[in-house]
Amino acid sequence: MTGLALSEKIMIGTALLGGMSGVIGSFAVLRGRSLVGDMLAHAALPGVCLAFLLLGTRNLLGLSLGALATGLLAVAAVTGIVRWTRTKEDAAIGIVLSTFFGAGVVLLSVIQKPGVGGNKAGLNGYLFGEPGNMLTGDLYLLAGVAFVVLMTVALFFKEFQLVCFDTDFAQSQGWPTLLLDLAIMAALALVTIVGLPIVGVILMAAMIILPAATARFWTNRLHVMLLLAGGFGIAAGLLGTQLGRNYPAGASIVLTGAAIFLFSLLFAPQRGMVSRLMTEFRLRRRIAREHLLRSLYELGESQLPELAELHLEQIVADRYWKPRTLERLLDIAVDSNWIKRTDQTIQLTPVGLRHAAELTKTHRLWELYLMQHADIAADHVDRDADEVEHLLPESLLLQLQQQLADEGRLPLIISEVPKSPHEIGTDNT
Amino acid sequence: MGTTAFEIHDMTVAYHRRPVLWDIDLQIPEGKLVGIVGPNGAGKTTLIKAALGLVPLASGKVEIYGQSYNQQRQIVGYVPQRESVDWDFPVTVRDVVLMGTYGQLGWFRRPGRVEREIADRCLQQVDMAPLANRQIRQLSGGQQQRVFLARALAQAARLYFLDEPFAGVDAATETAIVELLHTLRSTGKTVLVVHHDLQTVREYFDYVILLNMRLIACGPVESTFTQENLQKTYGGRLTLLDEAAEAMRIRESQ
Repeated sequence: MTGLALSEKIMIGTALLGGMSGVIGSFAVLRGRSLVGDMLAHAALPGVCLAFLLLGTRNLLGLSLGALATGLLAVAAVTGIVRWTRTKEDAAIGIVLSTFFGAGVVLLSVIQKPGVGGNKAGLNGYLFGEPGNMLTGDLYLLAGVAFVVLMTVALFFKEFQLVCFDTDFAQSQGWPTLLLDLAIMAALALVTIVGLPIVGVILMAAMIILPAATARFWTNRLHVMLLLAGGFGIAAGLLGTQLGRNYPAGASIVLTGAAIFLFSLLFAPQRGMVSRLMTEFRLRRRIAREHLLRSLYELGESQLPELAELHLEQIVADRYWKPRTLERLLDIAVDSNWIKRTDQTIQLTPVGLRHAAELTKTHRLWELYLMQHADIAADHVDRDADEVEHLLPESLLLQLQQQLADEGRLPLIISEVPKSPHEIGTDNT
Repeated sequence: MGTTAFEIHDMTVAYHRRPVLWDIDLQIPEGKLVGIVGPNGAGKTTLIKAALGLVPLASGKVEIYGQSYNQQRQIVGYVPQRESVDWDFPVTVRDVVLMGTYGQLGWFRRPGRVEREIADRCLQQVDMAPLANRQIRQLSGGQQQRVFLARALAQAARLYFLDEPFAGVDAATETAIVELLHTLRSTGKTVLVVHHDLQTVREYFDYVILLNMRLIACGPVESTFTQENLQKTYGGRLTLLDEAAEAMRIRESQ
């Protein structure tokens, strides 16, 4: 690896970091511990400074051990505060995080004074991240940590999944839930700390949270989520360092990750906002269409089986339509061949009548049911039925119909399918 | 009276030194459907959690078929309260049921074909087979409860603890659960159920544990689920025990 150019080292390093923080971040996010990564990162700063003061060099392994020491101290502090005082966890994390970070900034300024310590180049990089400082040895450390973390996740996938989903159940089966939890947190701590020199103390939390939160939009399976989160992390690392060559690397990596997140939030199937708005929009349009058809049926009901010729004003008056909405709905209905429209009149077609009759039947079934079983007054039932009937599955409607028929409130519906004109089961091709 | 499936000796449980269960002593014979009944805060859930080793005992011991829980956990099944987990977790219905087999699988081994068959069979028992590949968020409350029951069935246990399985489920699920309980009993399993609805105790259970921080009574429904015992369980809310616990809590928080 000694032959690698700096830019190649940066690419490999950020990709490694992105991949492993995506994977382990998924567990942290699902366990509701995403802020622990943030706290570890901030609390690592005083450790880095102390290690530098002690060792006098900028050796990644040494500084990382320092970071790990104060990081763990911070975790212990939060646990203690929550356990022994009445401070809530989020407040405790906030307090510890900022206290340790404050101490780190003070130590950093001490180190900056002339005559203190050795070569301090790059120590500032821990604040905002500076992958340009990456040495070949650092790359080995990153690769080593990535290997350990990914192997741990691969080995304990089933156990981690169980403990994240249902700790009590896991414990009742005899799994050492505390140890498993600690293993996840330890892996998280490792990843956080080796990531500090690349994206920096302040932005490291985003590396943990963003790829995982992004992946959640695209899948409902945990193993797929881990793979996707790893992929998004790698993509953020590579693209971020490429696109943001003239800007601080940590920031451009995180912004790239945020861009992927934003895209997913908007455009992911099912969970994305666009898809959800579309679903909502389609539902509303269907409901409006159904209202129109039922309205047409009821206005012309007295003249059945003749198809009544209705006037626009009649229809508007029946449901207080907004003229524009109604015009659009009528256009759709004409296109679907449900109504015939002349300058003066609107008339259901036989196809439209069939649809409208079906919808009206559903509505009335519900009205009957609500009046009888939910004690809803007759003058309210129309609206209450409206709110549910459009969302009912077919099976429930059949059940409803059956129940009302059994109670004698509805003539039993006998299938109107005519007898088959040929023998059933014979091959007539 | 046959084999004793579950036994508690002089058990006291405390949260932060505040006792929630005082000196419980009871025995449940094998093959019974047992309702655990008592007012809110009576320690019903705590009783189950203590039996499963999820909360530490201040004193006393729990025995399952004569041995400690740690030795017997392979024959115990558990259905926690439905609200205790995140139903937006990225797993499918089958994934959750498979978790019931993890205890038998042990470290590192992944569920395979055999386990998937077990899971599908258990899903069938609760009428959920067609939904095996659904994400768990897309389930109704009753369906979620059925998934949890299927997971417990996959544990292939002899003794089951169910924490409020009837809470917030539809009528069809309630019927399905009762049927399932009967099936379990007919195969010799023992089932303890935290239950809230006094109306249905006689109908659903043949044994009852009446609890209000201390054990009021434990025995067959006919002889134990009496007006007098219910009075003792639900009446006189501020018992001496309650006051003592409250005093300790206030002193702790000062």
